[in-house]
Amino acid sequence: MSVATDDAPWLRRLLVMLALVFAVLIFLAPLAAVFTEALRRGIAPALEAIVEPDALSAMRLTLLVAAVAVPVNTLGGVAASWAIAKFDFPGKRLLVTLIELPFSVSPVISGLVYVLIFGAQGWFGPWLREHDVQIIFALPGLVLATTFVTFPFVARTLLPLMQEQGREEEEAAATLGAGGLQTFFRVTLPNVKWALLGGVLLCNARAMGEFGAVAVVSGHIRGATNTMPLHVEILYNEYMFVGAFAVASLLALLGLVTLAAKALLEYWTARPIGIEA
Amino acid sequence: MTAAATALRPARVGRATGRRALPGLGLSLGVTLAWLGLIVLIPLAALAIKPWQIGISGVVAVLLDARVLAAFRLSFGAALLAAIISLPLGLLFAWVITRYRFPGRRLLDALVDLPFALPTAVAGLAMTALLANNGWLGAPLAAAFGWQIAYRPVGVLIALVFVALPFMIRSVEPVLRDLALEGEEAAATLGATRMQTLWRVVLPALAPALITGFGLGFGRAVGEYGSVIFIAGNMPMATEIAPLLIVTKLEQYDDAAAAAIGLAMLVLAFLILLALNLLQRWVRRGRA
Amino acid sequence: MMTRTPLARRGFLAAASTLAAAPALAQSASTLLNVSYDPTREFYRAFNTAFVAHWTSLGQPRPTISTSHGGSGRQARAVIDGLAADVVTLALAYDIDELAERGLIAREWQGRLPENSSPYTSTIVLLVRRGNPKAIRDWGDLLKPGVSIITPNPKTSGGARWNYLALWAWALRQPGGSAATAEQAVTQLFRQVPVLDSGARGSTTTFVQRAQGDVLLSWENEAHLALQEFPQAGLEIVYPSLSILAEPPVAVVDRNVDRRGTRALAEAYLQHLYTPESQRLAATHFYRPRDRAILAEAGTRFPALELVTVQDVFGGWGGAQRTHFNDGGVFDRIYRPGR
Repeated sequence: MSVATDDAPWLRRLLVMLALVFAVLIFLAPLAAVFTEALRRGIAPALEAIVEPDALSAMRLTLLVAAVAVPVNTLGGVAASWAIAKFDFPGKRLLVTLIELPFSVSPVISGLVYVLIFGAQGWFGPWLREHDVQIIFALPGLVLATTFVTFPFVARTLLPLMQEQGREEEEAAATLGAGGLQTFFRVTLPNVKWALLGGVLLCNARAMGEFGAVAVVSGHIRGATNTMPLHVEILYNEYMFVGAFAVASLLALLGLVTLAAKALLEYWTARPIGIEA
Repeated sequence: MTAAATALRPARVGRATGRRALPGLGLSLGVTLAWLGLIVLIPLAALAIKPWQIGISGVVAVLLDARVLAAFRLSFGAALLAAIISLPLGLLFAWVITRYRFPGRRLLDALVDLPFALPTAVAGLAMTALLANNGWLGAPLAAAFGWQIAYRPVGVLIALVFVALPFMIRSVEPVLRDLALEGEEAAATLGATRMQTLWRVVLPALAPALITGFGLGFGRAVGEYGSVIFIAGNMPMATEIAPLLIVTKLEQYDDAAAAAIGLAMLVLAFLILLALNLLQRWVRRGRA
Repeated sequence: MMTRTPLARRGFLAAASTLAAAPALAQSASTLLNVSYDPTREFYRAFNTAFVAHWTSLGQPRPTISTSHGGSGRQARAVIDGLAADVVTLALAYDIDELAERGLIAREWQGRLPENSSPYTSTIVLLVRRGNPKAIRDWGDLLKPGVSIITPNPKTSGGARWNYLALWAWALRQPGGSAATAEQAVTQLFRQVPVLDSGARGSTTTFVQRAQGDVLLSWENEAHLALQEFPQAGLEIVYPSLSILAEPPVAVVDRNVDRRGTRALAEAYLQHLYTPESQRLAATHFYRPRDRAILAEAGTRFPALELVTVQDVFGGWGGAQRTHFNDGGVFDRIYRPGR
């Protein structure tokens, strides 16, 4: 690193201190509150709340929902970023805006739209009832709402990077006779794989933590349609604060593990790739 | 099936008009449109159609209700303010994470994604526990300055900054990381001061990412529900957010009014995002 | 090039089949879903155990009973949207009327079980802090300046509607009381409310855990539960001079039980609520039992106070809902700007 681009040491220290103070206030304090509340009566009651059957069933459901929603959004997100970053076509701006749209759709609305379509009074309601297919208040509804809410994560992580990298390498590959898929897997993917992984991890974390949208389509049946965040709410409403925060801690831990995995990958790959050299 | 058919049509148009040396547009755009159509556009079409069953005058009456207007003012005002606050904060975090080496940097880097990973309801419960006037942070603030944060608009604002900030950081950070130092070095070699370099070289390069982060953070904050309802107080005309009104209308069996508010929020958010996208394009063009 | 279309379509089909082909929740005739409102969680957990024991003792296969709890309006709404409830046990008759309105339940549902289909009742009481520092004795004391009141939002909470109607009924009863003075009273009250949660449980938490407000308007059973759960808080229950008889009703959801073949089980479940053991169970969870003998057994647990009904004061739930809580009703006028 050249000296000419360095900031003065006092400035560095000031900025780092500022960032750390804000990080403690904004990010660490809520996290600490969650763990403190969970361990208020020691570790045993917290563990009990986690291994209780309804909590386990909520965990299974949460993992299942994420296992469908995340791959769907990964496939779509990769395709979308590639199309947008590497090609010119009319309506591209509109497409980008549409892909970002679910971020700005209130989770409440993302639940509501599926009720309007699949609810008993909705478009397909009568048909679904005749064929005895349950979409909302069952697994498919939870998956749909979660997919909607986590829709843009992968695309949003990949797109800026792909745009920044331009398309020269891909065009060179094409000139050498490579097909589209080949170009993607041999040229583009290696360039963005860590960003992709990061996006997938974030998408997954959000999928497991989503509350507002799934609350609308869940039906809140214990042991059947309760995801972990909904289970937290139920326990909280039953004055089982320790249990509620214990399950919340587990969710936070899952999130932290996700984030740590992402950080670790970045750490191992940073040197060979040389991004930060 | 119809979705697959519509998904394919634009691909064919692309093939006819935008044909380039690089193959793969048809497949990638086809997948994109199928994905977008099924998960986002068809459901949102349902939202767009529903309100009109009470007629235009019905929709207008719902939206011009003083309480609805107040909720919109709060939701959009607080979200814009939260996005504005995230600008310097996000830039600070992204800068420190990408440019400096210090103990705990990795930890900080991972920590800023926390709002993505923490369930919104849990975040809401935690922040209310912290900021209520008997909480860890709320109690000293109330004692020292007589401030009340929870159940006031400022509480809403803090919750929204929490959800919006990571979007800003994560939009700016990859660009800052990839931004070659050569530009800065060249500027420095040519005798530019550090401030000039930052202002003329770094900031313009970051501008599109800052706009993206602003848009994403704002959009997310506008619709936020889980973390806000616990801390907001939910008083009509004062601390009631627009998504809560949607829930309220739904529970009164008034689907059309709920959809009308939802649609209005969506259109307004969409217009703001579109404007930001145009601004971004203008900024990019200015650089080229 | 040739593989484009099939690939895209295959992806779409795979996604579609994953999403849509999941079958409905597998439920046999020996499962039952009770969709209920917020404060009944503890009672129905105990009741379900008792009912399963009773049902199997009759030689029936062991049923699996699930419950779902939430704000009464939201729960009714979910059943309308397709939540496959066999029975609903909600906070007020209006919400079940909405189900009847949409053909899910027979219109004359309230006559199908004894006591207006309400196996237990409750009322609205005032919960105050240790030592009752603001000297709250009756509804009138709430309207004094400087008293801060916690109640959920009547738009979303059944309990909050009972709170509101109880105050209204009291105001009508005061010397010179009229609809105008009653509206003044509720307007004044809601001006002194700093936080409106969407449900009864949210308000209790705000009052107890977050230390907001001087008095909580609460279901009687919810107030007792708060005393039990937070003994260190030193909360006290104040019974006002007059309150409202809250009759939380129960009903079999005809359309769902007929489709799923669970009618016999569902009807037995609700009828079991009226047996002496269940009435006693309701009393231990601080619901007022309908059975007079058991109410007498409970003794001072349920202090006598004058209770008026929605029927007598408001002419039934339909009218009360229209006049007070629907959009443009009296409640909305409270928050009109400039007042």
